[in-house]
Amino acid sequence: MDEERKIRVLIAKPGLDGHDRGAKVVARSLRDAGMEVIYTGLHQTPEMIVATAIQEGVDAVGMSIMSGAHNVLMPAVVDGLLAKGAEDIVVFGGGIIPDDDMESLKKKGIKGLFTPGTSTETIISWVRENVKPS
Amino acid sequence: MEDVLNRDIRAGARLLRWIDDGVGEARSILKQLYSHTGKAAIVGITGNPGAGKSTLVDQLITRYRAQKKTVAVVAVDPSSPFSGGAILGDRIRMQEHALDEGVFIRSFATRGHLGGLTGTTADVVHVFDAMGWDLVLVETVGVGQDEVEVQRLAHTTVVVMAPGMGDEIQAIKAGILEIADIFAVNKSDRDGADRTVRELRLMLDMGKEAIQQQQERVCPPGWMPRVIKTVSTKGEGIDELMTALAEHRKAYENACRDPNFVRARLRREFLDVFRRTLFTRGWSYLMHEDHLKEVVEKLQDGSSDPYTLAKQAVNALGRL
Ligand SMILES: Nc1nc2c(ncn2[C@@H]2O[C@H](COP(=O)(O)OP(=O)(O)OP(=O)(O)O)[C@@H](O)[C@H]2O)c(=O)[nH]1
Ligand SMILES: [Mg+2]
Repeated sequence: MDEERKIRVLIAKPGLDGHDRGAKVVARSLRDAGMEVIYTGLHQTPEMIVATAIQEGVDAVGMSIMSGAHNVLMPAVVDGLLAKGAEDIVVFGGGIIPDDDMESLKKKGIKGLFTPGTSTETIISWVRENVKPS
Repeated sequence: MEDVLNRDIRAGARLLRWIDDGVGEARSILKQLYSHTGKAAIVGITGNPGAGKSTLVDQLITRYRAQKKTVAVVAVDPSSPFSGGAILGDRIRMQEHALDEGVFIRSFATRGHLGGLTGTTADVVHVFDAMGWDLVLVETVGVGQDEVEVQRLAHTTVVVMAPGMGDEIQAIKAGILEIADIFAVNKSDRDGADRTVRELRLMLDMGKEAIQQQQERVCPPGWMPRVIKTVSTKGEGIDELMTALAEHRKAYENACRDPNFVRARLRREFLDVFRRTLFTRGWSYLMHEDHLKEVVEKLQDGSSDPYTLAKQAVNALGRL
C-alpha cells in the first residue's frame, strides 16, 4: 500500500462562550498547512471532546476557551483521555490565560498554550514540532 | 483483530487510521475481518453541498437508536486540492450523539492521493460491519463520480436535494436518477419543494424503463425510486423516510435470495478491490527506483511513446 500519513487534529470549543472565531481561524490555517481538522462546533463538554477524539483517531486536540474556565475544562480533557488509555493524544489550547495559570496547566499535561494574538504560523510550527501522526 | 471484533472503540479507531493512511498492516487485518462482514445494513446518503445531508443523518441516527439499533457513520468531506488538508465539519450536526455508546461517527477526507482514486471507503465500511454495528450510514458530497461510488458500496442510496438549486436538471445530467433508491427533497419548508417533487416524479416516470435497466444489477428488481419531502432541521418527513428505508431493505433482502443478484454484487465488490490493488501496485512500481523518471525521459527524447511505455510498465508488474 501507499503510505500517506497525515496529522489529524480535533479543534474543539468547550464551555459556554459563543466566540468561535479564533477556533475557526486556527482550524483553517491548520487545513492550509496540509492537516486534517475535525471541527465540532460550540458548547462541547470535556466528555464529548474525549469521546470524539477517540472515535476520530486524532493525534492532537486543540481547545479554544474564552470564558475563563480553562483551569477546569482543559485538565478535564487531559484526564478524560488518560482514563480511556488515550494519553498519547497531544492536548493544546488557546484563550486569555494569565501567566500563573499557564504554569499549572502545563504541569497538568496541556502541552501548548497560546494567548490571543499568537500568529497562526507559530501555532502551525508548534503542531508540526510536537505532534506526529500516529 | 480480536479487539476490533469485540467492538473495542480504540482498536477500531486505530485500524481505521491505518486504512486511511495506507499502512500495510491494515490489509492483512482486513483479510481476516472479511469473513465477519455481511451483517450490517449499509445506507449511502449523497447530494449537493449544503443540501442537508448531515442534518438528515443526525435525524436517522435518532430514529435507529429508538429502535435499539447501533449506528456507525462514515462522513466523507473533500480534501483541499491546494494544501491536501481538510476541515471535516459534518459532525457538528451530530454531536448530540457524541456520548452515546451505540453510535460511532468517523470523518474522512477524500485525500485521493492515488491519482484521484479514493476507494478506501469500502474498507472502512467492512471494518464497521465486522465490528457488529447494525447500520452503517455513509455521507458523501455528490460531485460527479462520487455518487456512483457510494452506490456501488451501499445497499440503499438516498439522494438528498434542496429545492430551487437547479438540482433537478443536474440530476439528469449527473445520472443521479439512476443511482437513487430514495430521493429526499429536503428543506421543503422553502418555496418550490412541491415543484421539485413533481418534476422528479415526472422524470422518474418517463425514464422508468431506462432506470430499471440501469439498476438491474444493483437494485432489487421492480423497485421504483421513492420521492419524500423532508425538513431535517424539524424532523418532518423522517417517519416517511424511515418507512421507505425499511421497505427498500426488505426488497434488498428478498433480492439477495436470488443467486444472480448476489453474484452481481460480489463481482462489483471484487472489481473494486482489484482496481485498487492494481493501481496501488502500479503506482508504487512507478514511484520506485526512478521508473517514472525513466518513462518521462524516453518520452522527452522521443525514443518511445506513452502506449508502449504504459504496456511495458504493466508487464513489468507481473514479473515482480
Ligand atoms: N430551512 C432548512 N434548512 C435546513 C434543512 N436541513 C438542513 N438545513 C440547513 O442547511 C445547512 C446545511 O446543512 P448540512 O446538514 O450541514 O448539509 P450537508 O449537505 O451535510 O452539507 P455538506 O456536508 O457541507 O455538503 C445548515 O445550516 C442546516 O441547518 C431544512 O430542512 N430546512
Ligand atoms: Mg455534511
